Amino acid sequence: MEGEALGLLGVPLAVIGGALRVSPPYLFVSLGECLTEKSGRVNLGLEGTLIMGAMSAYGVSYLSGSPWLGVLAAGGVGLLLGALHAYLCQQPRVNDIAIGIALMIFGVGLAFFLGKPLIQPTAPRLPAFEFGNWSSSSPLRAALQINVLFAIGIVLAFAMRYMLQRTRWGLLLRVAGESSDSARAMGYDVARIRLYATACGGFLAGVGGSFLSLYYPGSWNEGLSSGQGLMAVALVIFARWDPVRCLWASLLFGSAGALGPALQSVGISGGYHLLSVAPYVLTLAIMMMTSSAHRTLLGQPAELGAAK
Amino acid sequence: MSPPLLRATGLGKTFGSFCALDDVSLELTPGSVHGLLGENGAGKSTLVKCIMGYHRPDAGHIQLGDQEITPKNPRDAQALGLGMVYQHFTLVANMTVAENLVLSRTQLPLFIDWKKEAEALAAFMATMPFKIDLQATVRMLAAGEKQKLEILKQLYLKSQIIILDEPTSVLTPAEADEVLGMLHGMTRKNELSILIITHKFREVLGFCDEVTVLRRGKQAGRGKVSQLTTNQMAEMMMGSATNLENKRVPASNVNEPRLQVHELTAADDMGVPALCGVSFEVCSGEIVGVAAVAGNGQEELVEVIAGQRIRSGGTLLVHGKDYAATRDQLHDRKVRCLPEEPLRNACVSNMSVAENMAFRSFDRPPFAIARWVLSHRQIRKSADEQQREYGIRAPSMGSPIGTLSGGNVQRAVLARELRGDVEVLIAANPCMGLDFAAVTEIHARIRKARDQGAAVLLVSADLDEVLALADRILVMSEGRVVYETRPETADVTLMGKYMAGHESQESQESPAAAE
Repeated sequence: MEGEALGLLGVPLAVIGGALRVSPPYLFVSLGECLTEKSGRVNLGLEGTLIMGAMSAYGVSYLSGSPWLGVLAAGGVGLLLGALHAYLCQQPRVNDIAIGIALMIFGVGLAFFLGKPLIQPTAPRLPAFEFGNWSSSSPLRAALQINVLFAIGIVLAFAMRYMLQRTRWGLLLRVAGESSDSARAMGYDVARIRLYATACGGFLAGVGGSFLSLYYPGSWNEGLSSGQGLMAVALVIFARWDPVRCLWASLLFGSAGALGPALQSVGISGGYHLLSVAPYVLTLAIMMMTSSAHRTLLGQPAELGAAK
Repeated sequence: MSPPLLRATGLGKTFGSFCALDDVSLELTPGSVHGLLGENGAGKSTLVKCIMGYHRPDAGHIQLGDQEITPKNPRDAQALGLGMVYQHFTLVANMTVAENLVLSRTQLPLFIDWKKEAEALAAFMATMPFKIDLQATVRMLAAGEKQKLEILKQLYLKSQIIILDEPTSVLTPAEADEVLGMLHGMTRKNELSILIITHKFREVLGFCDEVTVLRRGKQAGRGKVSQLTTNQMAEMMMGSATNLENKRVPASNVNEPRLQVHELTAADDMGVPALCGVSFEVCSGEIVGVAAVAGNGQEELVEVIAGQRIRSGGTLLVHGKDYAATRDQLHDRKVRCLPEEPLRNACVSNMSVAENMAFRSFDRPPFAIARWVLSHRQIRKSADEQQREYGIRAPSMGSPIGTLSGGNVQRAVLARELRGDVEVLIAANPCMGLDFAAVTEIHARIRKARDQGAAVLLVSADLDEVLALADRILVMSEGRVVYETRPETADVTLMGKYMAGHESQESQESPAAAE
């Protein structure tokens, strides 16, 4: 067998391949969360958005026959959920964390309810770039399959960094996140900026969900997400609110998630279940390393968690 | 091009049943500096906020040149050439100076060419009388530099009329003179008109051409500064002749050292050292004043002593015993603290005034039975007594403390902290933003605590306050005590230099001790 022919070399290869498959949802959700948090608000509901996105993408793809329509539908659903979050948070005496948790539970529940009929059928899947076709080694070819959506996500990470640094929109978004007082003194409507940012963030999280159901693992069931939407919050902190660092962090989380299956592929199956908790351990470790009682995090938008 | 005439006629504004402005008129002569005077709540801020488009006046109109204007928001006002510098900075702390300046423009391009902007900004900065590093992050700037940047921002926006809301409250006297002098110079060249809200008569006499005085939302007087005396202006503000002299009463009974701070170090919220080895003593029966410009470590010093911040090194002794600001130690050694912005630092805004006033002792008799069951009746009774004694104006002691005005929150916290015996009292900017009457009263209470034997540490950005109250003065700059003097021999100019960090003293010997 090819896998055995590569021996232990197959492990890093499988980890890379696994990372490329596992990280896109992390990437999209963390970009969405990054955008939302840059405007000064936390949306913890993105886990729900992710699963709603996965369900609607699968459904629309199955019914229309086009996976890309599915991706758009997922984004649209995410947009609506994001806008709902922003709208609720604008009401007086409302806490964004509490609303986020409520919307997370709402999104997950709604997706399971509406997605019941979708467990059986098979929907068309998203295409991938085959970067490994030159090689005859099948593990290599499997590892170098890069989904089109992931490629878009990579471009998006750089585009978002550009947007935040060099465009009017980016600058206003950051002002809303750094000091709503300043933004108001300049005559900008902070609530509207946050509405747009949260809605766009929801769109991205929805798209991230479509990847789960339409590419990897590539089906709709209730155990589809393993908390990517929540871990993305930690990931954004780790990435210090920088979209490009979100990309690297997603790959790191993806690799952690791929470690178990990779070892199994070369026959090391001991501790498989232990290794599958690697992303969660990583999340905990990162939160512990980057948090301190004595100082505030560098790069954190100043309005985050500010009392209203 | 000379600035247009700004005229407000018969402005009125009510909030609910509260009349904030009633038939107020103001005329800002082109090329002049106009002082807007009044006590807290006199309607100064409401007036300028109507002009800047924050509020819609209910009555009256505003004219700019020959045109009537109705700005709907501050951006409208800015487009008309009106700019305002707020009391609280509106700079974005985590962004650079260049980003802050570009941001402030009304018309931002969709894509920002930072290279081109940087060149344009550098060219602009070269024409200005003071310079600020364009690439510096605003958080790193000292308060004085931030204030200068706020003013630069208005000049960058080509505002012809600049409204300043108590612009010098965070500056040293020397910095204030520099900034105001520069603006004054520009008005003499007929490039600007300035409307300045201030409490300080020194600034009115030094820089203003005309004044308008407000009292309780009504116009109380106006005139040329050259034709008015300080006492006349004070009378307009307060409605009765008042003696402005805040007489120093020296300490009579200084005893043993009670609070001893030795080589204290601590970091700020960003983990950067804020206190770099501070040592001093405060004796029973004396007030030691710490004069410092905001951001030089005095906030952290107060927080460490109050138990709100962990020290990274050094020793703290109260009554000669090690002190770590635990609740028991605070109680047993009678250490009390009046922090700055008490509503934010020492109150729970949604809890009632009475509950807030019981924070020091709610878990002890008579407020608590067996240390566990709270007696709301006792808490309320004691609060009512103190309300009378301290003259706290509140709808009731059961209303949330957040609904009280600044002066009344200050009184409530002071009442709480001075309840019973006090052996060490820490007071940080106790009179910030309060009017004369409240200042006099709070100063008297602090003096009384001292005369009853408390060791008082007074931290203040206001030199006049330190000079009026303290028996010994320490100047802090960049996390160190850089100078020590006594109020009777103090040289204000020299202190200002030390506060601004321009002067350094190699030997820590105090001139007073050397005499």
